[in-house]
Amino acid sequence: MVTVVQPSTGLRVALGIGLRAWRTLRRYPVIPALIVIVLVVCAIFAPWLAQHDPRLGNIFDSDRPPTWQATSPVSGKASKPEYILGTDPLGRDILSRIIWGARYSLAIAGTVLFFGAVGGSLLGMVAGYFRGALDEVIMRTVDLTLGVPFILVALASVVVFGASFELVISLLVAYSWSGYARAVRAETLRIRVTDYVSSARITGASAFRILSRHVLPGIVNTVLVLASLQVGQLILTEAALSFLGVGIPKPSPAWGSMVAEGRDYISTSYWMSLFPGLAIFLVVFAMNFLGDWLRDRFDPRLRQL
Amino acid sequence: MTRLLLRRVLASLVVLWLASILVFVLSRASGDPRHLFISEYTTKEQWDAWGQKFGLDRPKPVQYAIWLRGVVQLDFGESLRDHVPSIVTVARKIPATLQLALGAFLFAVGVGVPLGVFAAITRGTGWDLVGRTFALIGQAMPGFWLGIMLILTFSVRWELFPAGGRAGLNSMILPSITLGWFAAAALLRLTRSSLLEVLDSEFIKLARAKGVPGWKVVWKHALRNAMIVPITYAGLLLTGLLTGAVVTETVFAWPGIGRLAIQSVFGLDFPVVSAIVLLATAAYLVVNLLVDILYGVLDPRIRHG
Repeated sequence: MVTVVQPSTGLRVALGIGLRAWRTLRRYPVIPALIVIVLVVCAIFAPWLAQHDPRLGNIFDSDRPPTWQATSPVSGKASKPEYILGTDPLGRDILSRIIWGARYSLAIAGTVLFFGAVGGSLLGMVAGYFRGALDEVIMRTVDLTLGVPFILVALASVVVFGASFELVISLLVAYSWSGYARAVRAETLRIRVTDYVSSARITGASAFRILSRHVLPGIVNTVLVLASLQVGQLILTEAALSFLGVGIPKPSPAWGSMVAEGRDYISTSYWMSLFPGLAIFLVVFAMNFLGDWLRDRFDPRLRQL
Repeated sequence: MTRLLLRRVLASLVVLWLASILVFVLSRASGDPRHLFISEYTTKEQWDAWGQKFGLDRPKPVQYAIWLRGVVQLDFGESLRDHVPSIVTVARKIPATLQLALGAFLFAVGVGVPLGVFAAITRGTGWDLVGRTFALIGQAMPGFWLGIMLILTFSVRWELFPAGGRAGLNSMILPSITLGWFAAAALLRLTRSSLLEVLDSEFIKLARAKGVPGWKVVWKHALRNAMIVPITYAGLLLTGLLTGAVVTETVFAWPGIGRLAIQSVFGLDFPVVSAIVLLATAAYLVVNLLVDILYGVLDPRIRHG
C-alpha cells in the first residue's frame, strides 16, 4: 500500500512563511541592517550595556575564559558568568570592551566620513568647475594621497606628533577625501557643460550660485553612495592602525588594539583576539553589504567602482 | 598617445616631488637629526661639525635642497641602526617582500579569477550567491585578524605550517593567503561584473548563434575582453600590497620591507623610512603608468581614442 504524504496545514503554513522570509532576505539586507542597528545601539548605550569598566580591570580576574569553557588552559582559572566572552590579560571584560569599542569605531568613522566627504566634494567641485592651475594642484594632491603608502606616513606622523584622537581623525580624513574629489570632479566636468549651467552663466549667475544651486544637486547622489561604500574601509583602516599601536590611544578600548593585545596569548587564550576581530569583521561586512545595496538602488553607474 | 604619455610622466614627477616634501617635513618635525647621534661624549665642536657636514645649520629650504640632491641620487643617508646607506638596508629586504607579494598575487589570481568566472556563468543561481558572499567576506576580513586566526588554526591547533619566520616554501603559505585574501575578493568581484558585461554584448551573441560551444565562448571570446579591468586592478594591487605587507609581515615576523618599515619608524630611523616611502611611491607611479600603457595595448579603442 502506498501512502501519499500530504503536508499538514501547519507545515504548509510554516513553509509559506519560510519562503516569504527567504524572499525578503534576498531582496532586502535584513541581516546586515540588524548588525548595524546592534552596533549603533551599543555605541549609544555603551555605559548602560557594558557590565564592567572598559579601561579598568581586576587583575585577579585576568585570563578568564568565555562562560561555555570550564577553565583557561594556561592559568587554569575557571570561567565566571559575569564575563560572557572572557577577560584579557589585565582582567578586563572582553564584551564590555567590545561594546565600548563600538562607540569609538563609529564615532571616528562618522567624523572622518563627514569631513572627508564634505572636503573632498568641495575640492572636487572647485577643481572641475574652475579647471586650470587650481585643478592641477588639487588633482596632483589627490595623486599624492593615492601614491604615498598611507600606513607608513600615518605611523611616522604618530611617532613624531604623538598619538591622539585628533591626529587619527586628521590622518584618516587626509586618506579618504581623494576618492570624493575624483568622482565629484568627473561629475562636475559633465554638469558644467550642460545647457542649464550655460544658461545660468549667461543670465549672470555667480560661480558660487552655479555651484550651490546647479552643480551640487547633481553630485549629492554620487557622494552619498561613495560615502556608504567607504564606511567599512574606514573602520578597517582605523582597526589596522590601532592594531599597529598608532590608532586610538590606549587604554581606550579599540577593536584593533584588542586583537593586537590578544595576539601574544593566541596559543592558549584564543578569545582575547577572536571576538574583537569578529566584531570588526561583522560590522565591516554589514556596512559593505548595505553600501553595495544602496549603490545598486540609487546609482547603478558607479557599479564599476 | 605620446603627448598623453609625456603629460602623465610629468605629472608623476610632480607627485614624487610633493611626496619628497611630505617626507622631509615629517622627518624634520621630529627635531634636529643630530639628537639621534648625540651621546655623553659628544663635544660642541663635533655637534657643529655635523651641522656643517649635513648642512643642518642652514635655513630649512636649503636643508631640503641638500637632502633632495642626495635623494635624487638614491642617497637617503645612512641608516641609524645598520650604519650602511639606507638604500642598501632596504634593498636587502626586497627579495623577502617580493617573494611574499608573488605568493599573494598567485593566490589572488588563482582563487579570484576562476571563482569570478564561475559566479558570472552561474549568475542568479545559488552558486553565484556563494561566490558573491565569499567576495564580501573577503573584503570585510581585517588582514591582521585573518593572519592570527590562520596561525591559531593551522599552526597552533593542527601544526601544519610554521607560525612565523621565513624558512622554505612551507612558511610562505599562511602569509601569502593573508596578504592575498583581500585582493582575491576584489578580483572575484571585478572579474564577475566585467565578464557579465561582456557576455551581454553583441559579438558574444553572434558567437553563440554561430554555434561556438559554450565553454569556448566564455574562456576564449569573453574572458579575453573581460580581463581588461581586472588586469588594470591587478597591477595596482601589486603596489597596494606594500600596505598589506606592513601588517602581514608584523603578524608573521616575515623579514621584509613591511617589518623593516615598522622597526624604522618606531626606531626613528628616518633615512630608512624616507627611502621606503619614496621608493614605494615611485613604484606606485611607475606601475600606474605601465598599466595605462598596457590598457592601450589590450584595447585599441583607448590607444587611438
